[in-house]
Amino acid sequence: MPTATKTVAVTGNQAVAEALRQINPDVVPAYPITPSTDIVQRFSEFVNNGEVDTEMILVESEHSAMSAAIGASAAGGRVATATSSQGMALMWEMLFIASGYRLPIFMALVNRALSAPLNIHGDHSDGMGMRDSGWIQLWSENAQEAYDNMVMAPRIAEHMDVRLPIIVCLDGFIISHSIESMKYLPDEEVKKFVGEFAQLNPLLDTDNPKSIGALVLPDYYMEHKRAQHEAMLKVKKVVQDVSAEFAKLSGRKYEIFETYRLEDAEVVLVSLNSAAGTIKDEIDRYRDKGIKAGLLKPRLFRPFPYEEVGAALKNAKAVCVMDRADSFGGYGPMFMEIASALYPHKGPVLFNKIYGLGGRDLMPLDVDQVIDETVEVAKTGKVKMVKEYITVRN
Amino acid sequence: MSTTQEKPMTLKSLSHKKDLLTGGHRMCSGCGAPIVLRQVLLAVENPVVLTNATGCLEVSTCLFPFTAWRVPWMHSAFENSAATASGIETMYRALRKKGKIKKEMNFIAIGGDGGTYDIGFQSLSGAMERGHKMLYICYDNGAYMNTGIQRSSATPFGADTTTCPAGDVVPGKPQRRKDLTRIMAAHNVAYAAQASPHNWKDLITKVKKALAADGPSYMGIIAPCNRGWRCQTNDAIQLSKLAVDACFWPLYEVEGGKWTINYDPKDKKRPIKDWLKPQGRFKHLFAPGNEWMLEKFQQGVDADWESLKKLQEAFGR
Amino acid sequence: MKQMNWKELPHAGTILDAGNAHTYKTGSWRSLKPRWIEENCIQCLFCWIYCPDSSVMVKDEKMTGFDYDHCKGCGVCAMECPGKKGAKAIVMEEEGK
Ligand SMILES: Cc1ncc(C[n+]2csc(CCOP(=O)(O)OP(=O)(O)O)c2C)c(N)n1
Ligand code: SF4
Ligand code: SF4
Repeated sequence: MPTATKTVAVTGNQAVAEALRQINPDVVPAYPITPSTDIVQRFSEFVNNGEVDTEMILVESEHSAMSAAIGASAAGGRVATATSSQGMALMWEMLFIASGYRLPIFMALVNRALSAPLNIHGDHSDGMGMRDSGWIQLWSENAQEAYDNMVMAPRIAEHMDVRLPIIVCLDGFIISHSIESMKYLPDEEVKKFVGEFAQLNPLLDTDNPKSIGALVLPDYYMEHKRAQHEAMLKVKKVVQDVSAEFAKLSGRKYEIFETYRLEDAEVVLVSLNSAAGTIKDEIDRYRDKGIKAGLLKPRLFRPFPYEEVGAALKNAKAVCVMDRADSFGGYGPMFMEIASALYPHKGPVLFNKIYGLGGRDLMPLDVDQVIDETVEVAKTGKVKMVKEYITVRN
Repeated sequence: MSTTQEKPMTLKSLSHKKDLLTGGHRMCSGCGAPIVLRQVLLAVENPVVLTNATGCLEVSTCLFPFTAWRVPWMHSAFENSAATASGIETMYRALRKKGKIKKEMNFIAIGGDGGTYDIGFQSLSGAMERGHKMLYICYDNGAYMNTGIQRSSATPFGADTTTCPAGDVVPGKPQRRKDLTRIMAAHNVAYAAQASPHNWKDLITKVKKALAADGPSYMGIIAPCNRGWRCQTNDAIQLSKLAVDACFWPLYEVEGGKWTINYDPKDKKRPIKDWLKPQGRFKHLFAPGNEWMLEKFQQGVDADWESLKKLQEAFGR
Repeated sequence: MKQMNWKELPHAGTILDAGNAHTYKTGSWRSLKPRWIEENCIQCLFCWIYCPDSSVMVKDEKMTGFDYDHCKGCGVCAMECPGKKGAKAIVMEEEGK
């Protein structure tokens, strides 16, 4: 039975900060950057008003934020932080170390474009840029999903089969700063759900001294990485289990990806995060016109559920993958995953649109054009251009 | 601080302590850094947790599946020993507040001069400013030794390194070294000091003071590197002593704003060339035509020493 | 030592056996070997405090000899040894002599 929940009108950042307050991590190292600053500010208020007993470390850079998170987590407790864009870029070196040391740190990433040119608005360059760093990635369409993912994050990261860091993505401004109606779980329920955390081999257990972070030469490096790969293989099942448990608590069901009218769809769009909302509306309109349109929205992007995504898309005629980030000189980052997922199948014709960079709006009309083109591709089986920028002045 | 009558510290009394850095590490034969670290660990009484920046000490003491450390030790990257220790120290406070840890503990962050003066400077400055109760120790061998003797901002003027080689046009490092200990003192840390392993008693006493200080502390400790300095494997202690006697590396401490020179060679002050001469990295300073370099080096050392004495006069006891 | 496979590795590669480098012998690096001449030894323990490789053995406040499994033969101990009336208690000799 879903527990009593409180309906609120809040921004995405507020929702994430609230989840962090309810989780009450032991240590939060943080550094401000738009659009995630707000999470850090709100959390600082919780700390200074005694609403959490977290120790914050107001570090002098994001590199130090992640370094301190690594030290704190290895020391033996729960650690969270939040960042965006350049902050994420500055953390890059340390992200691989957090995952290599198997530290279940959890972090909100309020997605923002990367410089240059400097831009503070939403796109997915930061999240895509760190996708190979060994962190689990959950993406969220709206404030509710961001909150729910954040509440589930420690459970997934800290699961004994996993022990890996996790990131929860939400779109900068579009979600982080817009007010939405959503539901909070009661404090006690969140506390019970996330439970107590016991670090493996904590550094502060000084009676049992240990060395973390050895130099590893070619004779052992590969074994370390193989063990890390194994942990990633276990993530999917854990995400499914934790999500099922969360559904019992909240009444909100999450899969590793969301499908919208996909069952019998012939033309399919694939999109992450907030754009999915607009796309769903347009799909409804096309369905009303008798066009079998559908959407697949990945939630778990790392590890990527190739088999399941492949199976979900294989019967479509045409699939357009919408990337809110570019991999310069390559196809869009999500396109590459979808193409890999479909590789074992005869499957649909695939093409790729790059949209919405640096906060450029994706309007219903833009989505309509994409659907129209997908319908055309489904019909002819021919693609004009595999990768194309849209929502851009030509 | 302990109130019981302290016995005088002697090597005999220290020799009862178990070595917390074991033999079997892979530092070069005769390296100064492990001498420094062994002495540092002899000063420790509470359980201690170490962080170590990437560098010679780190790669050579913890090479999987072996570790030479008998205390909890963590390396995460090159530029963040202080930030990593900040996280550990903060988690300690968080868990202590919750009653999950009862023990008193000490935290020591370690870095080479590259990991401290250069790439780790920001994270060190940040950690000291935030006031974490930790001791940061820089073992200073005056270059990036682990990657093959490149210059750092701690490299002395004129030194021949692989990135500031003594060439025909540019005769070694053109700049003087950065005075990090004074910069750390300017952070108003609870305790800042310079030490040298030849004076083990001074070094160990300083580590004890630093750990007992109510706030962040910093120590710069000279650590000769026979490979980088191009000297002998047996002269680490001789050369650290000479560095002090020539006032290149004065022993001093800054405690709550009070400056104290711990050793003044007075009329036994050695000319800097006595310290430079045994080191191959300064060989070209003795070549005809480069007399100006020796002069310039000596002038720099003298100026620093005089200004240090003035600081003691002004802010000493 | 048999090499572990990936399943046998400790979690996160953390080394749990603190100080196990002691089982790694660096004595073979030596080309010179310190020899202790007990009658010249004044038990100052300078050799012990200055040895980079924790290879001077001390028992009950007395120098008892060298740990040749780890001693790298740097000669710091011999250099710092004051000896008795100028006669060193540690001398460096060619390895294998
Ligand atoms: C971000 C980064 N840049 C460069 C390096 C390469 N690197 C590793 S150790 C080192 C030099 C270390 O010098 P120092 O801190 O003086 O210590 P030492 O080796 O001399 O003991 C360098 C440049 C690195 N590991 N990480
Ligand atoms: S290169 Fe220098 S600092 Fe590094 S281990 Fe060898 S002697 Fe020591
Ligand atoms: S020769 Fe060097 S390593 Fe060997 S005992 Fe003497 S000081 Fe230690």
